[in-house]
Amino acid sequence: MKVAVVGAGPAGVRAVERLVAAGLSPVWIDEAPDGGGRIYQRPPPGVNRDARTLYGFEARRATALHTALDALKPRSDWRPETLVWHIRPEARQLHTLHRGRQAGVDYDAAILCTGAMDRVIPVPGWTRPGVTTLGAAQIALKTQGCGIGGRVVFLGTGPLLWLVAYQYAKAGAEVAAVLDTTPFATKARATPGLLRGGATFVKGLYYIAWLRRRGIRIAEGIAPLAIEGDAGGVTGVAWRDASGREHRVACDAAGMGWGLKPEAQLADLARVPFRHDPLQANWVPERDAAGRTPVRGIYLAGDGAGIGGAEVAEIAGARAALALLEDAGHRVDPIETVPLDRKLAAQARFRAALERAFPFPSHLARGIADDTILCRCEGLRTGELRAAARAEAATGPAPEMNRAKAFTRVGMGRCQGRVCGVAAAEVLAAELGCDVTAIGRLRGQPPVKPIPIPAAGDAP
Amino acid sequence: MKLTRLRDASRPRISLTLDGTPIEAQQGDTLLTALLAGGAGHLRESEFGDGPRAGFCLMGACQDCWVVVEGMGRVRACATLAGQGMKVRRG
Repeated sequence: MKVAVVGAGPAGVRAVERLVAAGLSPVWIDEAPDGGGRIYQRPPPGVNRDARTLYGFEARRATALHTALDALKPRSDWRPETLVWHIRPEARQLHTLHRGRQAGVDYDAAILCTGAMDRVIPVPGWTRPGVTTLGAAQIALKTQGCGIGGRVVFLGTGPLLWLVAYQYAKAGAEVAAVLDTTPFATKARATPGLLRGGATFVKGLYYIAWLRRRGIRIAEGIAPLAIEGDAGGVTGVAWRDASGREHRVACDAAGMGWGLKPEAQLADLARVPFRHDPLQANWVPERDAAGRTPVRGIYLAGDGAGIGGAEVAEIAGARAALALLEDAGHRVDPIETVPLDRKLAAQARFRAALERAFPFPSHLARGIADDTILCRCEGLRTGELRAAARAEAATGPAPEMNRAKAFTRVGMGRCQGRVCGVAAAEVLAAELGCDVTAIGRLRGQPPVKPIPIPAAGDAP
Repeated sequence: MKLTRLRDASRPRISLTLDGTPIEAQQGDTLLTALLAGGAGHLRESEFGDGPRAGFCLMGACQDCWVVVEGMGRVRACATLAGQGMKVRRG
């Protein structure tokens, strides 16, 4: 039986572990030179930092995952630095690209563990050099020992906002301010549910308390106004507080993000249906609790199947592999699956509380100013999408996201709407006075990332 | 944009060029780190005239850090390791 696993983050590692334990040797593909995913990404050779400084409280988890990863490489068909740029479910084939070389990988079953990326809301000035996602700020520090600047503002909401600010301050960067768009009261209301998270919740509180103790400027319930700058880059961040007063802090870089969104393009190309999850405010591919999708032979695990975090991803990866094995006729003892199912259910309840504590502020996305760049690939300004929506609504059928893309090029650029898609849908929904679910989502298109033309020409 | 080296900043040095100007970097740097910690300021100009860009996601997804390396062609600076003697052009 031919099995492929895409992704070698927490979900992929634990999936491959179960497959190998059952005597299979899956093709195991990751776009990065090494596994670990983004959360446990290893620095390149030559950068020497111990696990404790790299991963903090998660050092033990990271080390355990890396140990498993390294042990599994020789027991699988390990293919790093390989992009899966297309999947054809009818042919049960992945199209891959490795150092400019094309290959087709046939599979009977595939587990897609494709991870997540930051969800962003465009702010005036957000395309300036010196503005990155929160995830980017963390990757720069974790894998390169670098801060995105010398004096940094962190802006957005979610656990990552506070974690990255803490990591920067601890590494010796000056954190000019932490600006959380979620009011304190919203977080406080979610506390009873968050207590289910145990250690995860306590760690979160620790980061916030640590930053406060250091006297780092913290503002909650804010609305960002602009990331200011000049020819040299970022010079400051301006915001409005809950009482309507405007503030500004000087900085030379800003990291921003509002939670995460699944990197689910391959699930999309595999024709897995999507549904809008109102709690996560994300479109997520459909799957059951074990990771089975409505498409035969396609399984999903980790943040690519809906945001759950690294701990959930490890459990979900193992569970999806067991589901695959069960479906393939292997005997799987419920003694293995029952505890995993129980853990996943408990984690889902904690996750729900976390989403309520840091809700996606769709009102900020809907209120983006007309002259703010919305789609950074195409240099498209927000007002252009609004104007197109109005014109369309007056004459044609009810616009949806892909139609808006055709008319304005929103999401048509090199990132395929990964960055602007969420905010663009909110802008379009607001302009048309409808719910964001009615707008739909940008469909995935092969290649899921840009590839050289000769490579596409050689397609198997 | 100026990346600030905070940790493990005394690795062996390598040198490359950006549009002919020498840049000193460190072994283990990505091209993005090498250039932006080395004073390049930005990596490319937006095709739509809205100003310079220097990457955004650092995880190979946003495609906003494209540069051109002699012999390699167009690459994502965040996902490409810097090498001794590389000749880089802004993307």
